[in-house]
Amino acid sequence: MANKMQKKSPTQEGLSRRWENIRRNWYKFSRNSLSIIGLVVICIILFFTIFAPFVSPYPESAGKFINFYEASQPPSLTHLCGTDAFGRDILTRIFFGCRYSLMMGATVLLLIVPVGVVLGLIAGYYRDSWLDIVIMRITDIFIAVPPLILALAVCSVLTPSIFNAMLAISIAWWPWYTRLVYEIASSLKDEFFVQSAEVIGANKMHILFREILLNCLSPILTKMSLDMGWVILIGSSLSFVGLGAQPPTPDLGSMVADGSKYLPDQWWISVFPAFAIMLIVLGFNLFGDGIRDTLGVERG
Amino acid sequence: MSKPLLEIKNLHVWFKVFGGILKVLDGVNFTVRSGEKVGLVGEAGCGKTTTMKAIMRLLSMPPAIIPKGEILFKGKDILRMNRAELQQIRKEKISMIFQDPTAALNPVFTIGTQIQDAVRFSERSGRKMKKDEIKARAMQVLKEVSIPDQGRVLQNYPIQLSGGMRQRVCISMALVSASELIIGDEPGTSLDVTIKDQILRLLKELAKKHNTSIILISHALGTVKNMTDKVYVMYAGAMVELAKTKDLFAHPLHPYSQGLLASIPRLTGGGIGEGIDGHIPEYINPPKGCRFHPRCKQAMPICKDKKPPFFKISENHEVACFLFQNFGGDCIDK
Amino acid sequence: MRLPVFYFRILVVIALINNILFVDQLKKHFFTYQGIVKAVDGISFFIKEGETFGLVGESGSGKSTVAYTVVGIYRPTKGKIIYKGDKDISQDRRKRPLALKKKIQIVFQDPGTSLNPSMTIKDILELPLKVHNIGKNHEGRINKVKELLEMVQLPVSYIYKYPSMIGGGEKQMVAIARALATNPSFVLLDEPTSALDVSVQAKLINMLIQFQKKFKLSYLFITHDLSLMRNVASRVAIMYLGKLCEIAPSSEFFKNPLHPYTQMLLSSIPVISDEEETLKPKKIISTGEIPSPVNIPPGCSFHFRCPKKMDICSREDPIITEVNEEHTVRCHLYTK
Repeated sequence: MANKMQKKSPTQEGLSRRWENIRRNWYKFSRNSLSIIGLVVICIILFFTIFAPFVSPYPESAGKFINFYEASQPPSLTHLCGTDAFGRDILTRIFFGCRYSLMMGATVLLLIVPVGVVLGLIAGYYRDSWLDIVIMRITDIFIAVPPLILALAVCSVLTPSIFNAMLAISIAWWPWYTRLVYEIASSLKDEFFVQSAEVIGANKMHILFREILLNCLSPILTKMSLDMGWVILIGSSLSFVGLGAQPPTPDLGSMVADGSKYLPDQWWISVFPAFAIMLIVLGFNLFGDGIRDTLGVERG
Repeated sequence: MSKPLLEIKNLHVWFKVFGGILKVLDGVNFTVRSGEKVGLVGEAGCGKTTTMKAIMRLLSMPPAIIPKGEILFKGKDILRMNRAELQQIRKEKISMIFQDPTAALNPVFTIGTQIQDAVRFSERSGRKMKKDEIKARAMQVLKEVSIPDQGRVLQNYPIQLSGGMRQRVCISMALVSASELIIGDEPGTSLDVTIKDQILRLLKELAKKHNTSIILISHALGTVKNMTDKVYVMYAGAMVELAKTKDLFAHPLHPYSQGLLASIPRLTGGGIGEGIDGHIPEYINPPKGCRFHPRCKQAMPICKDKKPPFFKISENHEVACFLFQNFGGDCIDK
Repeated sequence: MRLPVFYFRILVVIALINNILFVDQLKKHFFTYQGIVKAVDGISFFIKEGETFGLVGESGSGKSTVAYTVVGIYRPTKGKIIYKGDKDISQDRRKRPLALKKKIQIVFQDPGTSLNPSMTIKDILELPLKVHNIGKNHEGRINKVKELLEMVQLPVSYIYKYPSMIGGGEKQMVAIARALATNPSFVLLDEPTSALDVSVQAKLINMLIQFQKKFKLSYLFITHDLSLMRNVASRVAIMYLGKLCEIAPSSEFFKNPLHPYTQMLLSSIPVISDEEETLKPKKIISTGEIPSPVNIPPGCSFHFRCPKKMDICSREDPIITEVNEEHTVRCHLYTK
């Protein structure tokens, strides 16, 4: 067989090419030190999030726990971020709280991205037809309302819970992806390579999902990374007003809310969770910038 | 013989990229005298634009590195000038016309604003010009490039003009600030052939009138033929042949120049030449010795080892090829 | 409206010769906010099987629009396109049968955008094979892809490269390989070498000529480079602002150009040898700008720039007349 004579089979060579592409992208990514910082921050957060039960000093603090002997302690060597009014260790609750935040962010994105992107592809490709008008006007309606307000409105109708908070944020956030992809798809549909595929006779699925979608990937990935921060922030805001996670679930937003009663004397109850939120958002933002710089400048 | 206006000596330009270092320019020598029109011919990727950008110091210094070489403008090295001197050169002495006039003009400003900006920044005596003086100069310079109805054009945006008009506007902006040297990077490539013909004729007249030198870069030999006094042929980062235009087209000596001229379709019919086998070398790992040797049908063993210097065949005709090393006449060292 | 004499002769001709394409009074108008753009405004021509038909014109002439309409990217506003004598293909690509798409292919002008930058060469070349079921399975298709790359003299290792990693000439060769993957009968080449250097152009053109002989293809070759056209096409047509000015066999076109626009175009081309200079028309130098297709001048659309203008030219549009064997012109100077 001719294939055996060659050094590598097609699949092997394909894989080595992909590896080389990954290395090339890493090289580009690593040129910018801020992106590396973002990546490092995310990695640290992920580590503590995944291994929260094992690395947190007082795992019991994450659930129902009361210890009035140690209540409202300022930060010390035994409790690095102090304790709250119930005696629960704040650092532990931050680790567990990150879990909820990241889970919320990931779930929301996994829900809205497929929906938003597919709608955007269809609307963009069939631009100026009734499909475009229907889809984009619905999108416009949702975009017209500020996302936090919309999420608040939806949440207040439903029973407060983390799941409903995620639902509310999804409803508020999906149209942005549609709009993003719509712009790209409608400009790409007239490009020569799409015309080529049509002239060759490719079917619509191929054109939408291979030809056009592949070229939208870098803006979508960039936006997803930046959105992670935003979604977590909105989720925290919903918890802050009591519409998200309910006590005693450790959620960063509710921790900030609960702690605000005790400001400024027992400042650590609010400040450390707020700082954690800031760190997560910063990490994802820097990482997202890095993604945009790496993937974005390919075509010139 | 007048002293050269611009002299590039042994210029090396490297770029640092993912896989290593791209050694693009490999000892470029280039001379322009006052009032001379020089052509620079070479394929895409041979380094012509890089050379021109190096002259204007438009290369971003990482990733570009200039390990060796000098660019002397009237005796002073451009590469080592400070900000103020460089600014002066750009304002008053040298300017560049780019290939795509649409990209060279800012789409959100009117033509008037852009030309008037050029006039204002090129002010030589340092005093501030008054508004109507600036406008008058703008109208005058538009008239020189044969744009009719100058007042209306000043108010137009670039998108309202045709390609030929935009290129004329770019030329007028170059005229405003350049008194000594205009570098034209494939002007007219994106234009239709009848318009391109007009633009090139215009450029020639203007150069004669203002006694400006021109460097005309092109990959089309036909463009260069009617416009220039002498031509450099460039391949893979180095000059391979220099000749008076007439001589180059009548007797190309370097195998690359010969291959290039043979590939041009002729109006007389008779089929098209075969092109040149192979393709431009990768700059990451360029061939040792003469960079053309892998594609050269007349390659000799020495070509693989040593880089050929310029051999002088006659007044104004030099070739960088070992085929001519015993021609008699001097061997020009870099 | 009087039908041109040309039209009746055509009917006779197609009855006799096997034409691969017959375009009949094709019109393509675009409706925009600035007005109606008459990109193609009544064009008729035919292409014989196995020949290379050249179409020349500057920007705004409509030559690319003609190609796109024939291949189905646009639907004709009016007029017919007849393929192989009996199949009316005047619909756009969405309604054409797959078997037809197999036979008519196009190579676009700009190699940078005619290949999807996010797909590998293998994916790009595999697409036509997948769509038309060539090569029974994945391995069969990969073999065919490798065959195609060898045919255009590109190294087989290119299959996993992205278009951004290869040069302009090589991209164009991939585009040609893609066009030939389905074994077409008719290929449209829209300025395939305009963006390329002259030595790469020579290689590509020689390859195209070989393929034409080997696979018995008919070409519609569009370019603005007349020197190239001289060596490639057997018959040449020149367009200006959506209408045909002149059609003639190649040698006749260059030896005896009749239309003033043809003469103007010929006089502007840069040539490199003196003997070619003598072939160029001397007295006509190019002047004036090309008007936008939204404001087509009345009468003969060329009259503002025409050095041989007569009174009638600003009033009436000339009719195509046949001056010599297969040499037709649309100009009042030659109307009988």
